Amino acid sequence: MTETVIGHRTARIDGELKLTGKADYAADHNLPNQVYGYPVPSTIACGKLLGLDLDEARQAPGVIDIVHRGNFPQLQPSDNNPACGAAARLYRSPSTMGEENKVGEVRLPFEDDGIHYEGQYIAMVIADTFEHARAAARLVKARYEVHEAVPGLFYTDDEGEEAGDEAVSRGDPAGAFDAAPVKLDQTYTIAMETHVAMEMHASIAHWEGDRLTIYESTQGVVFQRNALAQIFGIPPEKVTVIAHYIGSGFGSKLFMWPHAVITAVAAQRVGRPVKTVLSRQQNFCNAGNRPASRQHMRIAADRDGKLLSIRHDSYNETSFVDEYTESIGSGTPRVYACDNVSVSQRRVKVNHGTPTSMRAPGEVSGSFALESAMDELAIALDMDPLELRRRNFADRDPSADLPWSGNHLRECWDDASRRFGWDQRNPQVGSMRDGHEIIGWGMADATWEAMRSHCSARVELRADGRVQVACGTQDIGTGTYTIVAQTASELTGVPLERIEVKLGDSMLPAGPLSGGSMATATVMPAVAGATRKAIERLKQLAVAEGAPFAGKEADALEFENGALSDGSQTLSFAELLDKLQRGMAEGEASAAPGEEKDKFSFRSFGAHFVEVRWDPGISRLRVARVVSTIDIGRAINPLTARNQVEGAIVMGMGMGLFEATEYDPAGNIYNNNYADYIVPVHADIPDIEVELLDSPDYNFNEFGARGVGEIGITGMAAAIANAVYHATGKRIRDMPIKIADLMEP
Amino acid sequence: MRHFAYQRAGDVAEATALHGSDRSADFIAGGTNLIDMVKLDIMRPERLVDVNRLPLTAIESLDDGRLRIGALVTNTDLAYDERIQADYPVLSEALLSGASTQLRNVATTAGNVMQRTRCPYFRNPSRPCNKREPGSGCGALDGINRNHAVLGVSDKCIAVHPSDMCVAMAALGATVTVEGPSGVREIPFEEYHLLPGDTPEREHALSDGELITHVTLDAPITGAKGHYLKLRDRASFEFALASCAAVVTMDGDTVREARIALGGVATKPWRSFEAEAALSGQPASEATFKQAAEAALAGAVAHRDTAFKIPLAKQAIVRALTTVTAQ
Ligand SMILES: Cc1cc2nc3c(=O)[nH]c(=O)nc-3n(C[C@H](O)[C@H](O)[C@H](O)COP(=O)(O)OP(=O)(O)OC[C@H]3O[C@@H](n4cnc5c(N)ncnc54)[C@H](O)[C@@H]3O)c2cc1C
Repeated sequence: MTETVIGHRTARIDGELKLTGKADYAADHNLPNQVYGYPVPSTIACGKLLGLDLDEARQAPGVIDIVHRGNFPQLQPSDNNPACGAAARLYRSPSTMGEENKVGEVRLPFEDDGIHYEGQYIAMVIADTFEHARAAARLVKARYEVHEAVPGLFYTDDEGEEAGDEAVSRGDPAGAFDAAPVKLDQTYTIAMETHVAMEMHASIAHWEGDRLTIYESTQGVVFQRNALAQIFGIPPEKVTVIAHYIGSGFGSKLFMWPHAVITAVAAQRVGRPVKTVLSRQQNFCNAGNRPASRQHMRIAADRDGKLLSIRHDSYNETSFVDEYTESIGSGTPRVYACDNVSVSQRRVKVNHGTPTSMRAPGEVSGSFALESAMDELAIALDMDPLELRRRNFADRDPSADLPWSGNHLRECWDDASRRFGWDQRNPQVGSMRDGHEIIGWGMADATWEAMRSHCSARVELRADGRVQVACGTQDIGTGTYTIVAQTASELTGVPLERIEVKLGDSMLPAGPLSGGSMATATVMPAVAGATRKAIERLKQLAVAEGAPFAGKEADALEFENGALSDGSQTLSFAELLDKLQRGMAEGEASAAPGEEKDKFSFRSFGAHFVEVRWDPGISRLRVARVVSTIDIGRAINPLTARNQVEGAIVMGMGMGLFEATEYDPAGNIYNNNYADYIVPVHADIPDIEVELLDSPDYNFNEFGARGVGEIGITGMAAAIANAVYHATGKRIRDMPIKIADLMEP
Repeated sequence: MRHFAYQRAGDVAEATALHGSDRSADFIAGGTNLIDMVKLDIMRPERLVDVNRLPLTAIESLDDGRLRIGALVTNTDLAYDERIQADYPVLSEALLSGASTQLRNVATTAGNVMQRTRCPYFRNPSRPCNKREPGSGCGALDGINRNHAVLGVSDKCIAVHPSDMCVAMAALGATVTVEGPSGVREIPFEEYHLLPGDTPEREHALSDGELITHVTLDAPITGAKGHYLKLRDRASFEFALASCAAVVTMDGDTVREARIALGGVATKPWRSFEAEAALSGQPASEATFKQAAEAALAGAVAHRDTAFKIPLAKQAIVRALTTVTAQ
């Protein structure tokens, strides 16, 4: 029997390439004759661009061209604007998920003379070197008409616009609330956050005739290909998007941003490849963010803690140039059993760059309010917060009237609380002390929907004894290369060293976005299907006339450990192909979710237990310990899976304690760099003890895997805030927690 | 690229001669602050005079008991020097609380003394800043100013002096030796950095073309204990929200002499003579420490987001004193 690789801790197969610098990230590519683009950002938040003074920049050393509104192809045919050169016209991407052409910002670069946020591109300088381009970009002078900005959600009373499709209602939440004996009515906020992925956004665009090739740090080569095809009005086959390695994205690289379009147009204008690497500052303004949010939470329970009503009304920021909806309440109707629930979502336009998905978008924000409110309710009921959750466990998905495919939340509670020692908790606020420090213990649930998309893959069993797997998805650092290899290895019995995985190229069979924690569950079935087809093809070749197994039934042959056998004769696929003088036996397959989603509700659950330490004498707050148990179905690669959960927990600490992208009253960004945007560093990261339940979800796919990238961040901010309350008696409803909030007056 | 000339000096005379009194020239040492500012487009040197080859890398014990630190001694070498660790532990702790290992390995003593504020309005060329562009206004006064100063502020500037090292030096007492076209000068450490007042662009007592050659620490106070406490949001790699350098000698349970300096809350490394006076001759008790803390912050001025820094700085003082007197 083939040795199993799935379910085993497997080091990343691309680890060595990364450690030795051989992994080619987008900005590592240099094409012959390449020149460099450097965008010029707006320095005001709101107003009108009256004009650009380009003379000085044009005369700067090395400058080749400057693209801007005056010479950039527009939505209208521009026969009357010969300055526009080759692409006389651009189109808008429909920007839909369904058509897989969603973009980060639907407004085309330079589309109007409005300035909608600070950092919005007003021009891009093209020069022979990066340094020349940057120096010249700083010589571009802009004249603005400055308007008063809406500097952010917390600066405005605007109620915004309702996102109707987010609204959910069941039962009579208002009536049940009014009649309930125990209730809570509170507002929670979360500051804007920025993804700050290590690798900067970058595009290298290159035209050969009407064919566009673009290297991009993207979480979706297929989406970007489709979007570019739409924008340039060319068939998707003429666009190639390449992203072999990505230095993470956390959502900011799911959908294409304007710099890629400007770079592609610039490459067309100058007739040479153009490379644009955004600066860290530009990454903060022009490549998405988790929008600031405000949540009005009203929940009520009976005296035994049974939830009677939940109303969760949320607001998120969006920009003036796109409509971004954060589905903040999307988990609320599902997590706990409650008959009377309503959820709503509103968008408020502010002068910030367009928000986008950021790790566990929506639910992580919603879980902060819901899990904080549960803690507050437990205190109002004088009940242990874990016990309150137990009393509201949902046996079925209460929002869909479907059974769970697998809800192991109770085991998560049992396991994590035991390992944490929760039964030692003294519920009295401030009662647990150690020297100068007050210890606080808090907990919260984690949850994330299990999603799956469609995917194609191609597998080649090659005459040299190697197996090549190709799929047009990409590995953003999470370990997709490894999981694809594990799948092929499991089914062929060929060791990982002889499996070669090709990802990150839109010319490969179309694969999914690396987002929504769905890559593993989406890609594995397609890779398995393609592997089986390749094996099938090998068998057909083996039994053909004149072949080694001629005359046998293909079905009677066994394929094991990379070899075909009929019981008497065994030949490795390499030997067989060699005898047949064939280069390969190949298979291609597609897989998509089927009717299982009408039968079950798929969702992952988990629980975080957190210890904080508050030293009131010096106002020092630290997270001292995190114990989490998470059910993700089957962990295909427990090594990288745990890595995802730990990383997400650290990011959740960021949301709870540090991260805030701040805009001042003028609408100008304040902390657009790694020094001023505070994220946890190693010294902040305590022992994180993660346990992954091994409970395969075979209803979801044949491998039993659900996603793992996002669930770990959900609930973390609440678990911290709940622990902080336990230590200090201060309920902080605005994330991140600042020490000033906790200091005694 | 904005072109600049690069010249390397072999000794102090050559360095000052190369620099001259040319305002568009700058010395470059470790470059961790200077290159950063060039990239941010807030410094545009036309000429850089590299001082890294200057023979100023020694730490020397002087006959009068003082310790003379060459301008090019790195923050790492200084922090781990045995004499510093034994006689001036407050300085070692301060250095090691700053930046990161990699930065400290190249950051120099003079560069640290000369490092400029981290105020985001100063560090962004499209914002108003009286320090960078006199008369353009101050973005921080009405903007976000949580990281700004409460001591030594003016209505032109509330930017914090960011150094940890300098706070310890202010407490220990030191002299800055500078050399320039008009010879060698000695400047007491507390007179070296200037308050912003009406001229926030003037930050130090160095004249054009002058080079720092040494910082000489006062002789260690016999029997003194020292401690540097740095408070910040995260555990490492962040500038101080408030910090305190405390150097104390005791007579039994009574404070004989105390040196207190504050960082993260002031526009210059802030020696608090008020706190020192409140401690001297008093019992080493929490009540005394709190009085000293009150005295140190008596003149503090809060802006929109900085009110919390006043109690925080007091906490830093009280805890630093509690720790140092318990040693
Ligand atoms: C990310 C980051 C985090 C940091 N965190 C901290 C922190 O927590 N605490 C802290 O205290 N510091 C911190 N620093 C600042 C760091 O300490 C300084 O950048 C460093 O000390 C500067 O030394 P340098 O030799 O690199 O100076 P350079 O960058 O070479 O020079 C800085 C200035 O000093 C001038 N100069 C250099 N040598 C001389 C001389 N001999 N005479 C006259 N002028 C001279 C230069 O012309 C320039 O104006 C941090 C820096 C960074 C980049």
